Amino acid sequence: MSDKYTQFVSRGFGRDLAGKLGLPRPVELRRYKAGDPLIPGPVLVLGQNGESKGQGAEALAAELVSWGLDVRRNALPKEKLGAIVLVLDEVRTPEDLEVPVLTAARSVRDLAAGGRIISVSRTAESATDPAEAAARQGIDGLVRSLAKELRDGATANGILLGSGAAPQSPGTLGALRFFLSGRSAFVDGQFLSVTSASGRLPGDPEKPLAGKVAVVTGAARGIGAAIARTLHRDGATIVAVDVPAAGDHLAEVANEVKGTALQLDITVPDAGERIIRHALERHGSLDILVHNAGITRDKLLANMDEGRWRSVIAVNIASQLRINDAILASSELPVAPRIVSVASTSGIAGNRGQSNYAASKGGVIGMVRASAPLLEARGGAINAVAPGFIETEMTARIPFVTREVARRLNSLQQGGAPGDVAEAIAFLASDAAGGISGDVLRVCGQNLVGA
Amino acid sequence: MPEAALPSEENQAKDARQHAAVRKAVVIGGNRIPFARSGGAYTRSSNQDMLTAALDGLIARFGLQGERIGEVAAGAVLKHSRDFNLTREAVLGSALAPETPAYDLQQACATGLETVLGLSNKIKLGQIDSAVAGGVDSASDAPIAVSEGLREVLLDLNRAKTLPARLKVLSRLRPKDIAPDAPGTGEPRTGLSMGEHQALTTAQWKISREAQDELAYNSHRNLAAAYDRGFFDDLVTPYRGLNRDSNLRPDTSMEKLATLKPVFGRNLGTEATMTAGNSTPLTDGAATVLLGTEEWADERGLPKLAVVVDGEAAAVDFVHGKDGLLMAPAFAVPRLLARNGLTLEDIDFFEIHEAFAGTVLSTLAAWEDEEFGRERLGLEGAFGSIDRSKLNVNGSSLAAGHPFAATGGRIVASLAKMLHERGSVDGRPARGLISICAAGGQGVVAILEAYTTAEGAQA
Repeated sequence: MSDKYTQFVSRGFGRDLAGKLGLPRPVELRRYKAGDPLIPGPVLVLGQNGESKGQGAEALAAELVSWGLDVRRNALPKEKLGAIVLVLDEVRTPEDLEVPVLTAARSVRDLAAGGRIISVSRTAESATDPAEAAARQGIDGLVRSLAKELRDGATANGILLGSGAAPQSPGTLGALRFFLSGRSAFVDGQFLSVTSASGRLPGDPEKPLAGKVAVVTGAARGIGAAIARTLHRDGATIVAVDVPAAGDHLAEVANEVKGTALQLDITVPDAGERIIRHALERHGSLDILVHNAGITRDKLLANMDEGRWRSVIAVNIASQLRINDAILASSELPVAPRIVSVASTSGIAGNRGQSNYAASKGGVIGMVRASAPLLEARGGAINAVAPGFIETEMTARIPFVTREVARRLNSLQQGGAPGDVAEAIAFLASDAAGGISGDVLRVCGQNLVGA
Repeated sequence: MPEAALPSEENQAKDARQHAAVRKAVVIGGNRIPFARSGGAYTRSSNQDMLTAALDGLIARFGLQGERIGEVAAGAVLKHSRDFNLTREAVLGSALAPETPAYDLQQACATGLETVLGLSNKIKLGQIDSAVAGGVDSASDAPIAVSEGLREVLLDLNRAKTLPARLKVLSRLRPKDIAPDAPGTGEPRTGLSMGEHQALTTAQWKISREAQDELAYNSHRNLAAAYDRGFFDDLVTPYRGLNRDSNLRPDTSMEKLATLKPVFGRNLGTEATMTAGNSTPLTDGAATVLLGTEEWADERGLPKLAVVVDGEAAAVDFVHGKDGLLMAPAFAVPRLLARNGLTLEDIDFFEIHEAFAGTVLSTLAAWEDEEFGRERLGLEGAFGSIDRSKLNVNGSSLAAGHPFAATGGRIVASLAKMLHERGSVDGRPARGLISICAAGGQGVVAILEAYTTAEGAQA
């Protein structure tokens, strides 16, 4: 659902008026619906003639053809494109960027509404010399700038390959598929890092989570309910967790997604054990865990009291750490689950009045990075998504002017939907994201504040 | 084993037939909505709304969406005539498969427990593998009937064919016919309210005001403690903004209870002892219990908390004053325990429904009375006394409230969880006794045992 302003300026008179007045012109985003084509138009795959003669681009193009996509290796004049995939995995110096980037530049105007530009390159950390690192890091600035130039719901994002990953690795292909599809509608100007060649593309792309058991905390309403619905749509069996006081809404969600409701305060000491026991006894496994439960108790730090500070830390980060410990210590789980934690752009860029919340969400990011090797050692993974301005019951209570400013201050000029966050989580929870761990993906429409 | 004790072939065959015929009826879990004092949070909720909400919470807890349950039985005491198929309508409005059959049952306050016993019997006999038992009542959304005079006129009017005939029928209408018949809980044969009936019994057994207040105090204290330690986290689902029973007063005290004025038994010539504090208020609410065979539960990975062992109904002649209106359980329990070869000492949890504190205490007094034991129960002396620390340990109706037909489901689900938590006692499954009194001089009682595996029971 887009907001009323977006609907007004998306068509007819409203569109003309906003254009004449120079007002923001957000469009309704291309969002995933089962049965839709992956991308509405041909995909132009551009590489470079580097040391390995563009093998990465060649391999990716062949893969996209095998998905049944209409792939171009050279742009046709005036042809509308669904996406441009820019494979820059062989750049050695900043000068190497010029030819492929300017080739792509000539096709930017041909990108269809809701189109995608996706770079595939290597992480600067894995570079062998300063020039290579400069070239690779340059792509970061390039893609983020391009994302700000695109219009009509088109986005630009990048995939970064670590030393253990290749352009054909499952994680790369999974990330490429995610960025091409409507699942990434509100992800803009962001990078996903593929660190290993593990993972597996789903047999049925419409049911990437078939056979998985997923626990979602804070599932009674808002983003949590959307996560439960999205994971269920993708084939997972849902254990919906929320505090006993939210049990009525929780039961509605659980019944809608044909899962089970677990009324549980996640701050109790044995919450992790109870979640594991419920998942195993009722459903036989625990493959996915989404730490979504969170609260806000906003106050300027100068006015902050113990209750507000303590409850936010207890729910938003301390409980996640304790539940993860229970999972790592459990002898009943043959392999650790894929964990996805909900952070926040407040935890990255900060937010006035949210020092407690930002501390807890920054904590989530720290936890994710430090926990990744521990979970990988047990066959699992952990990542985070950091939502920006999302249209929920919570943000609907923000005063009108503040809300209107907040939702326009991103490259897509609108707030995201709870489902946009859920889509990113569903991807990170899937086997296709197997090579991605310890990463933080922002779902913020490229918020203009913060990194 | 000595050779002589070996069963004959004939007996072996008989045993096999019995084992094949009688299966275990297992309590898997329950769900209720918080109980609300009438005129409170559920004032605008119908019986069907509340029963559907309780069912949907049960379905969510156990993942029963789209499942065809063997049978659902529930009922209400205060029931609108339009709700002739109340339970089936609630099933159709729930997330269960629409192919799930349902029936309504009504046995006053024993309705909920009787649905558990009836459905358990069907499970034991192999007629069904799964069932949901329950009950609901709204004192807020109670039916109001038109007067007998108006009803007759309306029916005759419908039958009259011509205008003059219709006018003639209408001319019979008198102003007093317009006043509706409000619903009451009075006994039709005595005209006395339930409270006045209990006041007679309370006085007969010389139950003190203090003893009644203490029972009420313990009920509130125990229920509040159970909520605080999360006992109800998997037994209750919030409804209409209510998270806990609205009648619960965690901060009540003996002093506060002592200040309340008596409301029943003020004209008996003895000191009136029954107050709003030691009597249950009119309450709205609904409760459900999920039952099944061991196999049905195992196939779905569902818990097996307790086994429904046996049940017994009794009734007393209160009309002629031979016994108190609510004293039927005093007869039902001795019969039930005798049939099962048990005594009061063999029980680990007593769940005696607190219609009034006086009801519980009169029942216990009767069991402790030599004369009652000899003359009314046909025993050699008193039936016995119970260990009070085993009585209503997580609170009962005085604190939770008492939506008539919902009380049985509340008690069965809570007791099953308590038995499961206790597990085994002295090498045998923990055992609980439920006793519920009902209007019309009736009572239904039941025994539940913790579900233990065969190895555990033999240990």
